[in-house]
Amino acid sequence: MIQFPAPKQDVLARRDEIIAGLRALLAPDAVISEPLRLKPYETDGLPVYRKIPLAVALPETTEQVASVLRFCHANGVRVVPRGAGTSLSGGALPLEDAVVLGMMRFNAILDINYADRYAVVQAGVTNIGITEAVKADGFFYAPDPSSQLACMIGGNVGMNSGGAHCLKYGVTANNLLGLKAVTMEGEILEIGGAHVDAAGYDWLGLLTGSEGQLVVVTEVTVRILRGPEGARAMLAGFRSNEIAGQCVDAIISSGIIPVALEFMDRPAIHACEDFAHAGYPLDAEALLIIEVEGSVEEQDRLLAQLRAICERFDPISMRLSQSEAESLAIWKGRKGAFGAIGRISPDYMCMDGTIPTSRLPEVLRRIGEMSDEYGLKVANIFHAGDGNLHPLIMFDANDPSSGAAAERFGADILKLCVEVGGCLTGEHGVGVEKRELMGVQFTQPELTRQRAIKAVFDPDWLLNPHKVFPLAGSPL
Amino acid sequence: MIASPADEDGIRQFVSDAVAAREPILLRGSGSKSSMLRPVQAARTLSTNACAGVVMYAPKELILTARAGTPIAELETTLAAAGQHLIAEPPDLGPMLGAASGATIGGVVATNLSGPRRIAWGGTRDHLMGIRAVDGTGEIFRSGGRVLKNVTGLDLCKLLAGSQGTLGVITEVTLKVLPAPETTGSVLLVGLDPGRAVAALSAALGSPFSVSGAAYLPADAAARVPGLPPGTATLIRIEDFAPSVTYRLARLREQLADYGPADLLDDEPSRAAWRAIRDAKPLPQRPKDAIWRLSVRPSSGPALVDALSTQIGARYFLDWGGGLVWLSAPADIANHEAITAATSAAGGTWMLLRAPDALRTSVDVIPSEPPALAAITRRMKDVMDPHRILNPGRMYASL
Repeated sequence: MIQFPAPKQDVLARRDEIIAGLRALLAPDAVISEPLRLKPYETDGLPVYRKIPLAVALPETTEQVASVLRFCHANGVRVVPRGAGTSLSGGALPLEDAVVLGMMRFNAILDINYADRYAVVQAGVTNIGITEAVKADGFFYAPDPSSQLACMIGGNVGMNSGGAHCLKYGVTANNLLGLKAVTMEGEILEIGGAHVDAAGYDWLGLLTGSEGQLVVVTEVTVRILRGPEGARAMLAGFRSNEIAGQCVDAIISSGIIPVALEFMDRPAIHACEDFAHAGYPLDAEALLIIEVEGSVEEQDRLLAQLRAICERFDPISMRLSQSEAESLAIWKGRKGAFGAIGRISPDYMCMDGTIPTSRLPEVLRRIGEMSDEYGLKVANIFHAGDGNLHPLIMFDANDPSSGAAAERFGADILKLCVEVGGCLTGEHGVGVEKRELMGVQFTQPELTRQRAIKAVFDPDWLLNPHKVFPLAGSPL
Repeated sequence: MIASPADEDGIRQFVSDAVAAREPILLRGSGSKSSMLRPVQAARTLSTNACAGVVMYAPKELILTARAGTPIAELETTLAAAGQHLIAEPPDLGPMLGAASGATIGGVVATNLSGPRRIAWGGTRDHLMGIRAVDGTGEIFRSGGRVLKNVTGLDLCKLLAGSQGTLGVITEVTLKVLPAPETTGSVLLVGLDPGRAVAALSAALGSPFSVSGAAYLPADAAARVPGLPPGTATLIRIEDFAPSVTYRLARLREQLADYGPADLLDDEPSRAAWRAIRDAKPLPQRPKDAIWRLSVRPSSGPALVDALSTQIGARYFLDWGGGLVWLSAPADIANHEAITAATSAAGGTWMLLRAPDALRTSVDVIPSEPPALAAITRRMKDVMDPHRILNPGRMYASL
């Protein structure tokens, strides 16, 4: 089990004083301190860990964020920034001696500019909220994490969120132009703007994916893109993971860049089909969802080429979506995968390693062996174009030994990802969950350097301090 | 004397020796961009030129690792053999900067230079998946890896990209690559003024047709690009499979009918024109002029260039839908101040890309940062290069 730093007793002892200090800075309803009302903030998308925070602050302006952070800094109080609390790695998990800085009141879209193709939004706007705001004019915001209905853009920046369409459109870092952010010392930073490639060091790039270790993001300038004329998906079912993997290689080698290329193994196919009734082939060992974009003629031509490629690998079934409704159903199954697993298992853990795509068959085989060893079922979903693997480990949280085994199983999978040349996390972040595994991927001097960079922004280690870096060696 | 160690360990050793002697290092690859930004005063010169070669290339995984000194030309050849390309289309500024040799991948990453495709597919920093480097204390470090999606730990790849050799000596980079398009083509609108041209470019970039290049050349600039007719040229590029290129160019031409009659450029002339735009060839060949590279909100480009052409007689052309302004004018402080003040007022950023030493030592070559960020920059330099050994003064006079 993950360990946590000991609460600072002097901070706990000053609880009333700290809450009074926060109340002096914010509107009367913007500080939560009653135990019952703190409860909803005790966890995030990784609910195996729970900590009731000291208090929750709900600022509405960047200046208020700065004043709260200045106050907490002056008083040696830890701060945990929080958007919608959807982090799957425990990125928003509080500490007993920390103030949660909830960003949900930052929900305004400040500017939309179609001529220059950007939008300025506050950090608490949901991911889907950006696309909703520009959809009627044919535009969209590209990164589409599965949690996009709930997750907030500030958290997307913090985690450098991806999604199913990264192969063509990139991740959050590739779709940002500017940030307004506040340091733990209360300094407001304005980075980038409505143009690309700001001079100076690439602060935008460094802050994106920094998991709330460096700054609190309050405002984001994102690129918005005009949508394609249309998009259509096809399904192809194969006799083995190996064969499906070879088909992925052949697609990439053909020069076609599908907008999405998703892989599901047999357990994932069954769970998602039961949930979404998307017509997934239940007799297949592996399924590819391949999506292309363009005019109807372009879609037809690309899908015909893809069909010809798939046919070389003796598919069990192939189906071209005939309508937008059918494509939506296909995606509903994939994007609802986590919920679908939730229906067949009391609890599950979603892992998030990345591997070189050529190692997929071997990695899936070894995950299967581990599944037998640990006696826990696993379903695998894979962004096949970019190598991002999501094994969903099923367990029963009411049985402590099952939960502990799931954690060890997950850690073994991530070690395997690193061993084959990949990494611990492709899009969910390190958070609390993978903190102690960082030494598998990085050397001690490399971790020392990253800690020193954290201290550039947060010299006293007060901002989200118990995440990302192994506890031993962190100045807590 | 230029030291050119053949491997990373030789580079590490060179930096360690310089640290021991407390002597600063001028860092370079082939030297094609040595006259960019501020001149570096250093006792020692280190080139990554000899630390070269492709280390790993997995076309089916869209990933390539190369040592810093690998020439861009060599990478392009290697990739072309597998039907792939460098996504960010990095420019070759050697001729413009008066250098005989072509760029290396280390230099391109260290300067984060990207070509016309940046507007659609991202810049060099966007495709940098992994990096190895030696910091200013002589310690080797890595960030990222060899996979396309990686959020493990802080992203030092992006920190190093564009840091101009002031935070570490890049020894090896891993890049995402993509299939090269089967063919290309361009819509050409002739005779528009900058305002109408950028409106046309915005309309094209706001269309569903995946435009991958959008540039405006005033008449004098268009005359320096082979194959373009007289008059101003507004160019919009499509890159894809042949039937898609044909279809999309036709649809774009229809949609842009309000901007006057349009010609189409076939694959070969289109490639030639965009290569010239990539390498800033449309600027006048006046070796004594200074060259500025400005990045602004695209629709603020026209007013900016109108003002600067009238005010100081600047010559220019626009890429990135109007957002990238290449500007040339006599190299003096008054011009520099006029250009940088106007760009900052328009909310953009700027870089003095080429100038005689006298000018580039006496002015800011990139905007100075507000105090809070400047303090962070200094502390970052303290972490990565505490002895101020690496390219001192290249970006900021005081660092």
